[in-house]
Amino acid sequence: MYAQDLKGEIMLIHPEEILETIQMVTTENLDIRTVTMGINLRDCCHPDIDEFNSNIYEKITTYAKDLVPVTDEISRLYGVPIVNKRISVTPIAIVAEACKCDDYVPIAKTLDKAASKVGVNFIGGFSSLVHKGMTHGDMRLISSIPQALATTEKVCSSVNVATTNAGINMDAVALMGDVIKQTAALTADRNGIGCAKLVVFANAPEDNPFMAGAFHGVGEADRSINVGVSGPGVVNAAVRALKDPTLNEISETIKKTAFKITRMGEKVGREVSSRLNAQFGVLDLSLAPTPAVGDSVAAILEAMGLERCGTHGTTAALAMLNDAVKKGGSMASSSVGGLSGAFIPVSEDAGMIRAVQDGSLSLEKLEAMTSVCSVGLDMIAVPGDTPVSTISAIIADEMAIGMINCKTTAVRLIPVPGRKVGDEVEFGGLLGRAPVMPVNPFSSEKFISRGGKIPAPIQALNN
Amino acid sequence: MSSSRFIITVIGIDRVGIVAGITAVMARHNVNIVDISQTIMQDLFTMIMLAEVKDKTFDLSAFQHSMTEEGKRLGVEVKVQHEDAFACMHRI
Repeated sequence: MYAQDLKGEIMLIHPEEILETIQMVTTENLDIRTVTMGINLRDCCHPDIDEFNSNIYEKITTYAKDLVPVTDEISRLYGVPIVNKRISVTPIAIVAEACKCDDYVPIAKTLDKAASKVGVNFIGGFSSLVHKGMTHGDMRLISSIPQALATTEKVCSSVNVATTNAGINMDAVALMGDVIKQTAALTADRNGIGCAKLVVFANAPEDNPFMAGAFHGVGEADRSINVGVSGPGVVNAAVRALKDPTLNEISETIKKTAFKITRMGEKVGREVSSRLNAQFGVLDLSLAPTPAVGDSVAAILEAMGLERCGTHGTTAALAMLNDAVKKGGSMASSSVGGLSGAFIPVSEDAGMIRAVQDGSLSLEKLEAMTSVCSVGLDMIAVPGDTPVSTISAIIADEMAIGMINCKTTAVRLIPVPGRKVGDEVEFGGLLGRAPVMPVNPFSSEKFISRGGKIPAPIQALNN
Repeated sequence: MSSSRFIITVIGIDRVGIVAGITAVMARHNVNIVDISQTIMQDLFTMIMLAEVKDKTFDLSAFQHSMTEEGKRLGVEVKVQHEDAFACMHRI
């Protein structure tokens, strides 16, 4: 087959290569996981909250008017599914600070309405950056989170409580434990699903397209397009096709596969942003599992030779996977950014769920794994009676890993009201189902109640 | 998008009339065949075509819909994808 390459020269595409691409999409779940439009809301500020709401509604629905139809058009053109269309906005704590009111829930409702109007499935940015300290706007936003997540469908919230340069704001960590518990309580009738839309971050990226942690950073353009590409199923199939490979061969295969997946994402991202007249931001190549069989990060680790994900050797295998994905991705595109790596959300990955049920994977092992892969403790259900201070302490541990290793880490925990260890909760759709996991029964209360800050580590002094 | 060329793949159980049926739809939509290859891979009829469209009013969705419908009638799976989808993945 002859086809024109990007420079307009004639070149050969082999039928086997054509069929390989088609197989990736049809049987190995290759997809563009999300096209996320970042929208700056800084020009919407107003002291009157009604004016402010009307400004943000107007801006979002104007800028993202064509997001869904254009994305669908590109999906048809290239024959690759684009699963989600989403919006991220400037952290609301910043843009709503001037509003003379104490309650930001109406703002969340406006975001929800705007998201419905343009047909996206999530809107992220009900967020606050408090790694060094809190303003009045931050306080108001954080105290509005439980009600905001309970009364909206599409709004996602995130709070950055730590950075390598600022250290960990332990007052904010203590507060977020409470916010998570309240959010679970207000959505108790739906297994605490509000918490699935709330992420606590260290070193949050400003251009991440993935939910629930997406927001449009203050250093970004007025409007940008960030693309999240996935494909654990493709990597899994490629690794399993190898006959008795060495680890070097596995790493090489993962790199090549990541390269191909990223190139597809880059093509889609550039085409979507050019048609929407938006800046192309980043391509986030993250192996984001789905509940579909085989579309699993745990399955890749098991394909490398582990009997069950979570056993000894899992951290090493994951480190290699994560690194190979990044290397392949960075070769394929100059715009790789966001989180880029492997995600390990328990509820969304059939292999992780099995590993927990079989007693192979614990919260402690997951924490160790987060030190070598992107993100962190993600979509983990814990007992509903877990003390607030224990949740805060789990957050503090994860923030410390991010701070010391100069990387993003995050916590998305669901203390499921009324549920005990061993129960299983269903969240539905991409969020999947989660076995309730045990937490350490000893108290962290005194440590968390001390408050204050964990100072920035020596790594921060790099100027 | 650097061209108006598409890769069309037809995969399914072999039977009489697949090429005739598919190319008739292409002709109706004014889609020209630049290159064509056909083989039996793993017992499946596999046809790959590079097709070109010069018509400025070409409606891709309508063409894809007709091709899918014809594929259903013939019991084969038909995909129409822009050539860049393959070029970007397999060529630097």
